[in-house]
Amino acid sequence: MSAVLADMPETVAPATTKAIAPSRGQRPWTFYVLAMLFAFYVLALYGPMFCIYVLSFQDIRGGLVFPMKGHSLHWFVDLFTQVRTGDVKGSFDRSIKLAVIVTIITVVVSFLAGLGFRKRFRGDTIVFYMMIGSLVAPGLVLGLGTGLLFQALGLNASWYTSALGAQLSWTLPFGVLVMFAVMSRFNHVWEEAAYDLGASRWQSIRLVMIPVLAPGLVAVALFGFTLSYDEFARSLQTAGSLNTLPLEIWSMTLNVTSPSLYALGTVTTVVSFVVIGASLGSIVLIQKKRSSSAKG
Amino acid sequence: MQPSSSPAQTPPRANLAGWLYVLPLVLVLVPFFVAPILVVLAASFFATDGFGGLTPGFTLASYVEVLHSALTLKLYLATIKFTVLTWIFTLIIGFFVAYFLVFHVRNQLLAIGLFLLCTVPFWTSNIIRMISWIPLLGKEGLINQALLAMGVIRQPLEVLLFSDLAVVIAYVHQLTIFMIVPIFNSMARIDKKLIEAAIDAGASRFDIMRLIVVPMSKSGIALGTIFVVSIVMGDFFVVKVMSGGGSASVVSAFYEDVGVLQYPTAAASAVLLTLVLVAIVSLILRTVDIRQEITR
Repeated sequence: MSAVLADMPETVAPATTKAIAPSRGQRPWTFYVLAMLFAFYVLALYGPMFCIYVLSFQDIRGGLVFPMKGHSLHWFVDLFTQVRTGDVKGSFDRSIKLAVIVTIITVVVSFLAGLGFRKRFRGDTIVFYMMIGSLVAPGLVLGLGTGLLFQALGLNASWYTSALGAQLSWTLPFGVLVMFAVMSRFNHVWEEAAYDLGASRWQSIRLVMIPVLAPGLVAVALFGFTLSYDEFARSLQTAGSLNTLPLEIWSMTLNVTSPSLYALGTVTTVVSFVVIGASLGSIVLIQKKRSSSAKG
Repeated sequence: MQPSSSPAQTPPRANLAGWLYVLPLVLVLVPFFVAPILVVLAASFFATDGFGGLTPGFTLASYVEVLHSALTLKLYLATIKFTVLTWIFTLIIGFFVAYFLVFHVRNQLLAIGLFLLCTVPFWTSNIIRMISWIPLLGKEGLINQALLAMGVIRQPLEVLLFSDLAVVIAYVHQLTIFMIVPIFNSMARIDKKLIEAAIDAGASRFDIMRLIVVPMSKSGIALGTIFVVSIVMGDFFVVKVMSGGGSASVVSAFYEDVGVLQYPTAAASAVLLTLVLVAIVSLILRTVDIRQEITR
């Protein structure tokens, strides 16, 4: 899924073809048609999101549609002070904490599984398809099953037990798939060289593999954090009495018809963008540092 | 990641090492994927007192009820309609966006940038992206305002929001990325020399598309299809919110059943849905070796 993220430059071959897309000179008419399609796609992708960011900055008269009624931060204040909109602050806290825990577990477990899947072993196909199954199974059904299981075992469902597990069943398959893509570009010669120089297995992992695979591990962390932070269907039946943020948004869509809903959308998207920016930024930094030290 | 030898010939020590590496993954998937599925399967055979209490036993009553209800057929038809429509639109848009990025964008860095531009919303909240259509599609939304101002329509169109159209728009908006990424990955692997050879042999641009690009993107299309189909068939949230309660899908009916504590019928319907989903996914998997594809 995101080999692309880890090392894009290798996956995109330069376009040197003549007929499909000449590398210089006249562009074929299809270029213009597809460029328009692409522009339209990006516009439709971001346009609606920007609408709600803009609308969240209205003043107290604001409604759910354009035109804008005034400019203020009223609905952001409203969001964190009004009881009517629910416990936004608490659910925000919980979602961030949960996402951090999920990220750490996802990175460690996916990395180990990625190492394991490099060689065939008896029963590896079962584990692989179990993972694919966990990825495609309807989240709500899995969530209900987990909820009933906890009930049957006499355990209390809560965000840090049952919801944590339910979210891991969603983030881990993504994490391992990303690891597959990352590992397939790892040159095994480096690892063998480490062994030849007398490194132990743990030393070769710590001193060779982790530094080489660092950008890929950041990508896994990005998936772990954002998928958990936005997870909804699997958490619905497993979060227990205290809501996570997406559950809070869900209940707001059902009963809040003021721009505070949009304000919440703006706040959570800012958090997502910060995380995405930090991850992509650190991948670029690692790559840059690497290429400069390779030259020097 | 090429399998070096068949699992049967691997020495026992390698088997053990492999299992040790994937053990943490298995320890999450067994209690949070395998067990919940089994719990739902078991619950589908139980009897209920109608108040959420389950009596262990073995009865097919829930299945009979689900299969005999005229509603079931309606729900499946609606779900299949949404799935097919979403699949067609995401496939067309996803294929051509990937094609544009791989074959038409000459600057490699620009291609990477544009690709990331498409992927960023994937890491933000789906719920927020969905409700962001309200200011656009609503009765007083931007599209209606624009059409009224241009004099195309006299009355605001009501079919835009809270309709099947809105459901499909929201799905396509959320899921096209699941087509773009795998198709982009398989297209980027096409050797450009192959296309040059085809041109030298006198192939037209349409021939190249038909005989080289489409067949060689098949694995990407298959992977994207698995994602899109399983997500749409497992969704209840988009249908519930974007149709305004007017439409239902298999899982949204499941959600209502759970809401009124009808666990056995909900479970029976979930088991049937899972079987349908497994059938579709394994049909797709027969055309492409997904593991080979991901790990190569």
